[in-house]
Amino acid sequence: METLVCIKRVPDTGARIVLTDDRSAVDATGIGYTISPHEECAVEAAIALADDHGGTSTALTLGAPEAEEQLRTAVAMGVDRATLLETHGEWGPIATAGAIAAAVRERGDPPDLLLFGNESADAGHHQVPIRVAAVLDLPAVTGVKGLDVEGERLVATRDAPGGEEVFEVDLPAVLSVKEGLNTPRYPSMRSRMQARRTEIDRSEPEAGEEPDVETVELEVPEREESPAEVLGEDASAASDVVRVFRELEVI
Amino acid sequence: MVLALVEVGEGAVEEVSLETLTLARSVAEAEGEPLEAVAFADGASELVDELGGFGVSALHVVDHDLLDSYAPDAWAESLRELIDDRSPAAVLAPGTDRGMEVLVRLAARLGLPMAASCTAVEVGDVYEVRRQRWGGSLIEHATLDAPTALLSVAPHEVAAEPAPVEETTVERFTPELDEGDVEVRVVRRKESDAEGVPLPEARVVVGGGRGVGGAEGFDQLEELAELLGGTVGASRAAVNEGWRPHDDQIGQTGAKISPELYVAAGISGAVQHWVGCKGADHVLAINTDPEAAIVRKADWAVLADLHEVVPAIVEELRAERGG
Repeated sequence: METLVCIKRVPDTGARIVLTDDRSAVDATGIGYTISPHEECAVEAAIALADDHGGTSTALTLGAPEAEEQLRTAVAMGVDRATLLETHGEWGPIATAGAIAAAVRERGDPPDLLLFGNESADAGHHQVPIRVAAVLDLPAVTGVKGLDVEGERLVATRDAPGGEEVFEVDLPAVLSVKEGLNTPRYPSMRSRMQARRTEIDRSEPEAGEEPDVETVELEVPEREESPAEVLGEDASAASDVVRVFRELEVI
Repeated sequence: MVLALVEVGEGAVEEVSLETLTLARSVAEAEGEPLEAVAFADGASELVDELGGFGVSALHVVDHDLLDSYAPDAWAESLRELIDDRSPAAVLAPGTDRGMEVLVRLAARLGLPMAASCTAVEVGDVYEVRRQRWGGSLIEHATLDAPTALLSVAPHEVAAEPAPVEETTVERFTPELDEGDVEVRVVRRKESDAEGVPLPEARVVVGGGRGVGGAEGFDQLEELAELLGGTVGASRAAVNEGWRPHDDQIGQTGAKISPELYVAAGISGAVQHWVGCKGADHVLAINTDPEAAIVRKADWAVLADLHEVVPAIVEELRAERGG
């Protein structure tokens, strides 16, 4: 079972979001970078599939040279190899998908499974997995929160109103997964140290010419603050809370 | 014309589709073109009056033997053929799993860019869009230059506003599909065995965060939710601690809720959580910290330990019910 898991270096906006002066990007100097939450689950899935079915897993990222840090995190988690498609500046989903698909083609036959996060946390285009699948003419299932490989066939489930819907596709295939698929493992200090010595396969893809969505500027939504009416500071506030429930007609 | 993909649920058009129609109608008006809709369900034609109420002048109902179950490539190919036939200026779809993936597949087939999670559109030589990033924690102003503008609409960001038209025609559309278009399809459904109303549909949500302190602490919140006919949710911190399953998570990478009342207990309300619950009509925060972000955004607050307050509320409600 060969898997390729595609990840992206994104600012860790668990903290307050600050923009660069020209409002073109998130200023991550004070908060650092990470792998998108959905993609951490994709990395975990790649490792678990290799554990269960044998074979190897490779992490790939397209981005700045510094994205090597996220590749090493994936290696520390347990993927076997790392590939950096080194780029400069922001690449849109069409160019990104084109470069990833070209890199897959250069390797020869596609891996059994190409894993992605459902959308990158920062740009949120929701497009790269499907566009890669389209270029490579592979089946794609998105929003996956459960997966089983049965021989040459993949069973993938995702949430739907009132339950789940189940897809079955032949391998090779493209999957984009959502947080909740699994619990990503936390790399040990020892595995982080080992990951520092892992050799990373590097290349510089050529940017495509296709037009894409162009960012003009970013904006952090207003905080929409309004002073709350304080109903109390201890358990005696319960009767006022119940009064509010009655006013809202929820009881 | 401007074309909107609508999703049909149990005998009604999904709310997010009505929101999509509302944004699509503003694009159509700016283009000086009629608004048309496309639906894939057999029963869609029965909803023609409801769609007409939102400005749809023509409803295209896609009909094909291979469309028994949902197949995203078949939907995308059907849209491509309809676009070939009708040449819309723009195609809008709801920002659901289905709407999003169908539109991206369509974009790939047409070799066009697409703007995801839009909340506003200005029509000009190029489209200027306002779109959500980081699940709504960040807003992007962007341009989209394409012969057909493909836009998905962020759920619950555009208020669905009716605008009836005099007449809505129903037109059957039969695309040319083959087996390759249904290689990816839903082979079966699993109904949820979870009790209670799903989070996105709940009228009341009682959410718990790190302040709950442990999985057993959620028992009190379950009790309160039950008395309010509501559902329990959780912050990412509580889910990461393993106190609740991911399905309960509200926020940027979890569920987006829009209840009449959200009771946020022991939740600080960082922006990543707020983007999941800001659709609530009313928010009651229970938190010991008066400076917590959720307290600064809530309508009402109780500045106390939830472990004291929640049992007291439960007791009061039980007494009222018994009385």
